[in-house]
Amino acid sequence: MDNTTLKEKVLSLVPGAEFLENKQYITFIIPVEKMHDLARNLKNEPEFNFDYLFCLSGVDMVKYLEIVYHLESTTHRHELVLKVRTADRENPAVDTVCDIWKTADFHEREVYDLLGIKFNHHPDMRRIFLDDDWKGHPLRKDYIDEVNIVEL
Amino acid sequence: MKEVINLPVKNIEEEEYHINMGPQHPSTHGVLRLVVSLQGEIVKNLKPHCGYIHRGIEKMCEKNTYPQIIHLTDRLDYLSAHINNHAVCLLVEKALEIEVPERIKYIRTIIDELNRIASHQLWWCSFGMDLGGLTCFFYGLRDREHILDIFEESFGSRLLHSYYTPGGLIQDVHPNFQKRVKDFIKYFRKKIKDYDDILTGNIIMQERTKGIGLLTKEDAISYGVTGPSGRGSGFSCDVRKHHPYSMYSNVEFNEILFHEGDTFARYMVRMHEMRESMKIIEQLIDNIPAGDYTAKMKAVLKLPVGEYFQRVEAARGEFGVYVVSDGNKTPYRMKFRSPNFSNLSALDHISREGKIADLVAIGGSLDYVIPDIDR
Repeated sequence: MDNTTLKEKVLSLVPGAEFLENKQYITFIIPVEKMHDLARNLKNEPEFNFDYLFCLSGVDMVKYLEIVYHLESTTHRHELVLKVRTADRENPAVDTVCDIWKTADFHEREVYDLLGIKFNHHPDMRRIFLDDDWKGHPLRKDYIDEVNIVEL
Repeated sequence: MKEVINLPVKNIEEEEYHINMGPQHPSTHGVLRLVVSLQGEIVKNLKPHCGYIHRGIEKMCEKNTYPQIIHLTDRLDYLSAHINNHAVCLLVEKALEIEVPERIKYIRTIIDELNRIASHQLWWCSFGMDLGGLTCFFYGLRDREHILDIFEESFGSRLLHSYYTPGGLIQDVHPNFQKRVKDFIKYFRKKIKDYDDILTGNIIMQERTKGIGLLTKEDAISYGVTGPSGRGSGFSCDVRKHHPYSMYSNVEFNEILFHEGDTFARYMVRMHEMRESMKIIEQLIDNIPAGDYTAKMKAVLKLPVGEYFQRVEAARGEFGVYVVSDGNKTPYRMKFRSPNFSNLSALDHISREGKIADLVAIGGSLDYVIPDIDR
């Protein structure tokens, strides 16, 4: 499926989605509550068949926290980027997609560890790299660690 | 007479118990801890504990310029250091819309493939050793030394090279480079036959790997298991084929696919890949065009505002770099999609209901490098 049809189809599936101009991949911002349904559709519908989640990243944009899903279909070879944003910095929470793509299990734990975004219904929501008693989430822009990070 | 105390004997055949494999265990090839639940010697499930070598490289990247970041990517998967460097260079070149000279593309592709062979040689020798064949270890290291010598002659280092820079190379290759690479190919074509003779055809090795650690194609895609491990399950995931970069669109090579999905299939993919890599090098080595070893670059590299993604095929799978730039000389956010991290997530699934001894073989066939997992 080429990018124009893909864009129309995704926008018709999720009316609240916002399209972002991006040179490399077509990108959508999806409302938090609609992400899980859309993800399941994109994976299971044969015309999309986005079965390969090749990257899941979290970004702290200060005004909001963002989760970026890079998707590819191994049959049609088309690619797509989905973004979910949450303005809540105290208790950010997003639905997990690890029941759809199993690779999301570890990636979501990483995002939780480093950015403090919780994933609802995740089977094992623990820190993955840092100690269990670590304070704070290092990839947040307001994270301060006077001992381990030397400001130059 | 002393009274005999009868201690209650638990039936370990029925009861589950846990053992720690690692963080210091030879077969984990680094500091990875696996908490294995066992019933008798059957693995019921396992939980990997990562982070023993977590250095916060993504956080460090936010404080460093792009040419400096190259040096950090060496330290992810140190066995495919060149290929990681390549990803960052390609990303910066794509963002700045710089077309690098042909010569650089040729040299980068050749060195990437040499790096892939060296990595697979080290995998082969340690895999053999994990299964009890110590001779393999000496054979593999002996031949890898030839590649490291070529590397050392051209750019002075053997493991962490940082040879690529955005826009080109740090310096030109040594005048002997072409001759030595050709000599190596001639040498290794003979020696790789020994690899097959000593290990591939070995009945003990085959018994320990065939039908062990099955991973279906659907699971490989779902878990994001890429590289030789994914291709052993029939998952066509070679970035060099599907999203070609540098010279890969101009050379002929096969994407090796095996459909069994067991440990032996993953082994065979790597054995064939070494031959394919030699094929790629042979097509390029005689035709390296003359020219500059670097494109004209500004002194300070600032990526335009936006986000960029670059995928390359590292020795263990798909390596991705995701950058969010705010127009400064340092990235706003840099994320590495490391192949080993995703490959490790499938370990629990594929080692269940197998013997604990098979876990060593399965782990060897996934070929994980721990600094790449922990980052």
